[in-house]
Amino acid sequence: MLEIAGRKFRSRLFTGTGKFASATVMKAALTASDSEMVTVALRRVDLNDPADDIMSHLDRDHFFFLPNTSGARDAAEAVRLAHLARSVGNTNWLKLEVTPDPRTLLPDPVETLKATEELVREGFVVLPYINADPILALRLQDVGAAAVMPLGSPIGTNQGLLTRFQVAIIIEQARVPVVVDAGLGAPSHAVEAMEMGADAVLVNTAIAVAGDPVRMARAFADAVRAGREAYESGLGRRGTTAEASSPEVGLDFLHG
Amino acid sequence: MSASNKIESGAATDQIVIVCNGQERLIEPGQTVAAFIAAMDLNPAMMAVELDGRVLDRTTYDSTLLTAGARLELIRFVGGG
Repeated sequence: MLEIAGRKFRSRLFTGTGKFASATVMKAALTASDSEMVTVALRRVDLNDPADDIMSHLDRDHFFFLPNTSGARDAAEAVRLAHLARSVGNTNWLKLEVTPDPRTLLPDPVETLKATEELVREGFVVLPYINADPILALRLQDVGAAAVMPLGSPIGTNQGLLTRFQVAIIIEQARVPVVVDAGLGAPSHAVEAMEMGADAVLVNTAIAVAGDPVRMARAFADAVRAGREAYESGLGRRGTTAEASSPEVGLDFLHG
Repeated sequence: MSASNKIESGAATDQIVIVCNGQERLIEPGQTVAAFIAAMDLNPAMMAVELDGRVLDRTTYDSTLLTAGARLELIRFVGGG
């Protein structure tokens, strides 16, 4: 069973709550995904429509909230959002995101490391979103990150596991769970990450914007289970020449 | 009668301006954070309150007064990835 910072998770599919067409669809999709961990963002209350509170639709006894620091452009902004997250959610868990460039939304490694150090000191359980940099992943676990979340491809692109080679190194070296985050656009991408030994994946856009988000959530849940099962079963060796699956003996009657 | 006159004249002269979520708001002086949130019909359990850049402890909403120029941020969870 997946364990992060002493907390056990039955499901290895984490789901984001953004971009859903309605709260009803979101709730149905999250339920179908079988996810326990769901991410949420922090934004101003809409003073013109204060009753519009999407999160009141989710039972927090059923879904474990992982607040993110999306929108933070540097460590100071991320720390400020972390303090707000702790106050709103009464939780010290945090998906740390520091993305200075809105065009790529790629994470800033230096600011992410700085913010992780500060927030770990303050007692947060920090899961940093990072580019798929194996050295950075090690540095982050050294300063106390509870997991690392390398990206498959840029947020919202549905491009899949473009960082496959580096993610494999991160998984090989990691002493903390590795959660592949961002860019996984199809269940096959999730299977790929899980077969490689990723401990979990986080999916949002691919489910939320699907033609049928509920069925897509189910498809991702199946994919994540299949990929994990395959990883734990031990995949066969890859070869470059054919090896017959059927016996080569007993063919004398054909070739005489 | 005199009490309502007093409130009316007070509204014209004594109200103070605070900035809440980027919008200017006129409020009566001496209003607490808790009273302000209640007047806006908001549920304090669903959000965090930042006053002048610092997150307020929930237990202090009742005792924290809003002063002229106060910058208040009311922040909640929304859908995100």
